[in-house]
Amino acid sequence: MLISPGSAAGSGAQPESLLRLEGITKSYGSLIANDKIDIHIRPGEIHAVLGENGAGKSTLMKIIFGVTQPNAGTIYWKGRPTEISSPARARALGIGMVFQHFSLFETITVAENISFTVPGDIRDLSRRIRAASETFGLAVEPDALVYKLSVGERQRVELVRCLLQEPSLLILDEPTSVLTPQAVEKLFVTLRMLSDKGIAILYISHKLEEIRALCHSATILRHGQVTGHVDPREETSRSLAKMMIGRDIPRSTHAEAKPDAKIALRVSGLSTRERDPHAVNLKGVCLEVRRGEIFGIAGVSGNGQQALSRFLSGEETLPAARKGEIEILGDAVGHLGAAERRRQGLSFIPEERLGRGAAPGLSLNDNMLLTGHRLGMVARGFIRKRVRDEHAERCIREMDVRCGGSGSNASSLSGGNLQKFIVGREMMLRPKVMVVAQPTWGIDIGAATMVRQKLVDLRDAGVSILLISEELEELFEISDRMAVMFEGRMSPPVHTRTTTPERIGQMMVGVFDARDEIATEAAQ
Amino acid sequence: MSFLGFTALPRAETSPVALLAVPLVTIVLSIVTMVVMFSALGADPGVVLYSFFIEPLSSSYNLGEVLIKASPLILIAQGLAIGFRARVWNIGAEGQLIIGAICASLLPIFWSDSQSAWMLPGMIVIGALAGMAWAGIAAYLKASFNASEIIVTLMLTEIAKQVLYYLLTGPLKDPSGYNFPQSVMFPDAGLYPTFGGDGVRANLSVIITLVVTIGCWVFVTKSFAAFRLMVGGVASDAARYAGFSQRRAIWMSLLIGGAAAGLAGVGEIAGPIGKLQPILSPGYGYAAIIVAFLGGLHPIGIFFAGLFMALVYVGGDIALVSAGIPASAPVVFQGLLLVFYLASYFFVRHEVRRVPQADGLRGAA
Repeated sequence: MLISPGSAAGSGAQPESLLRLEGITKSYGSLIANDKIDIHIRPGEIHAVLGENGAGKSTLMKIIFGVTQPNAGTIYWKGRPTEISSPARARALGIGMVFQHFSLFETITVAENISFTVPGDIRDLSRRIRAASETFGLAVEPDALVYKLSVGERQRVELVRCLLQEPSLLILDEPTSVLTPQAVEKLFVTLRMLSDKGIAILYISHKLEEIRALCHSATILRHGQVTGHVDPREETSRSLAKMMIGRDIPRSTHAEAKPDAKIALRVSGLSTRERDPHAVNLKGVCLEVRRGEIFGIAGVSGNGQQALSRFLSGEETLPAARKGEIEILGDAVGHLGAAERRRQGLSFIPEERLGRGAAPGLSLNDNMLLTGHRLGMVARGFIRKRVRDEHAERCIREMDVRCGGSGSNASSLSGGNLQKFIVGREMMLRPKVMVVAQPTWGIDIGAATMVRQKLVDLRDAGVSILLISEELEELFEISDRMAVMFEGRMSPPVHTRTTTPERIGQMMVGVFDARDEIATEAAQ
Repeated sequence: MSFLGFTALPRAETSPVALLAVPLVTIVLSIVTMVVMFSALGADPGVVLYSFFIEPLSSSYNLGEVLIKASPLILIAQGLAIGFRARVWNIGAEGQLIIGAICASLLPIFWSDSQSAWMLPGMIVIGALAGMAWAGIAAYLKASFNASEIIVTLMLTEIAKQVLYYLLTGPLKDPSGYNFPQSVMFPDAGLYPTFGGDGVRANLSVIITLVVTIGCWVFVTKSFAAFRLMVGGVASDAARYAGFSQRRAIWMSLLIGGAAAGLAGVGEIAGPIGKLQPILSPGYGYAAIIVAFLGGLHPIGIFFAGLFMALVYVGGDIALVSAGIPASAPVVFQGLLLVFYLASYFFVRHEVRRVPQADGLRGAA
């Protein structure tokens, strides 16, 4: 979508083998996470590992980085059978990894953080960091305090930290999930440069367009097995997706929204002061969601979206004097708690499924009770188990939740199935306003498509939906209007059908332009 | 973190069978250790075992003793367990017991000639309310200022003891009691009726414990309020998401625990003691914490755990004489139970693995 096709890189790659996996198998109890996996990586090659969540990508990376050991199979490093017994061993061999979730201490500087893994005194290290950041085009300031850095900058710090250890193989786990389109372009330039210098890259992702733009080869995993070794530059996104999920991708279909003038959710001038001094405060956020539309909020994570969703859901409340800053169907609700706002017709799907949207360790029945208790599941203070179980079973059936029945533990479900359950449960509450945060984050394409389709169906039934998402594709697919959050501020809304990803990308780094077609007026 | 080349990692799943095995393994290991320990001190292991576990059940008097000791343990543990499931840690049941006892004793001390049938019910209500109020202080401080309820309840226990000592050396002292720090003897109207025959001290407070146990079982397994408390304990973010009030969970947990402890206090002064005195309980408030966990925080489990703990109290007294073991034996045994409980629970939740060679050490460094 946003990325120009890759250079014909791989030219610098020597023919000999850097890493070869043969018949790698890893099982956890009865679950086979990796089943006889073969992969072959040459120096300088950018090799994608593509698969849905739960396909076994993470387990495979853990094996290569020495975090866990395979039950069977052999790893050849530079042609010799090698046991990678720990991450320290992996690093010693020349394998570096940048994790999806960064491991930096926020209150100290970049150089101090790097000094934990790279020996040498700070002054010398700072010099080397500057040198590396120039060579690879990774702007990193060694004396900067980490908490002041954006997510993109933090990722660059992690990358520089790996590069200072002079790896011959770099593993990147979903590196673009936190980046703006422009930052993704920059990252790709750096990665191609590394590839030209002979450093091989193992690139884990589920974003097909990126893989086609960047990678020289791809291994596709499904249910722990390799379903194909391909050259992604010669495939279409559709054919890659088919290999990944084993069937054609379903797409959610919908017509243009027909919102009426009635405003269902209004936020006017919401500012917050977070207890954590490093957290982002909301600064005068204003937005209006009409009845029967999906209003998207784009932005790189960590720009205040979490605070916004907590204040909208009622998990955090405003003092009574400021209750008018949040209105649901014309009623001031800023001072009400989560349960009371649900009574007003709000429902909320949080970004953390396990632990927030559902309680781990409890059955789906109990998780149905969590917010569904208003549906006649409680009489005179006592739980009506039969009603509760019926609702849970209906939700499982209607949302096609794959599980061992309504008695199964929420923790035993895959992310996608749990999300389907939560979406189903919140829909059963017959909300008038729905706030949804990162609804398809980390779930498989099948489940994601279903969730999006359900949101569109709700919209068509007259529900107002506020969709907070980091996935631009998702926002462009289903939202009718959208705005961007940057450092706690909210951009003016724009019409999805008349804007471009590039324009939104600029807004994601704080360039809000007053000349923008202000969608509020246009919608009247 | 490794030790002698081994490290403990959290298990992905814990089997329900293993969780059930925890109390059983705990009890067996504690008994074995105790027998070994006392044998080393020169006691005959057969006699120790016999006097600890058989003799308490061998006469109606001893059985009665087991019951009146089990009663407060079970009562307090039922109350605490409801809070513990919500992760509200009321460690000060001992203090709530003392305050409950003090307040309830005002009736029989000031109306020591009364024959009123309302005396005992009055004491029961006052005792429960007073225990609640004492625990309510901790609830208020936690809900308003986020003061740790662990520390507050523990310190309130020390205050309660001092209040008791002050009252017994001053306002509530028996004027014709030769200056002993104790109150007048309560009238019969202020005592639980005993049952089970001559000399047996078991009394009707046992019925209250039974009723509370059944009530707790219904509450915990069937009520929506207990569900909300439990969700707050296992997943506080999910509770906040659902809109279950944390404040309410704190108040409810502490008030229920305080009421139960206050009731247990009434059981003591209106039962075997029959007056207010400086020592009201041999640490029931603390032992009940062990009982609550040993019973798996489940009302039925707590019932049996309480009976077992009472057996240890009574058996310890008997073994003191018959096997010649030290007076601290029951406390030592309680300590063993706690240590083995924590250890077996740890191993159910974690697996032990060998650290791979020297690399692991470098990785950990």
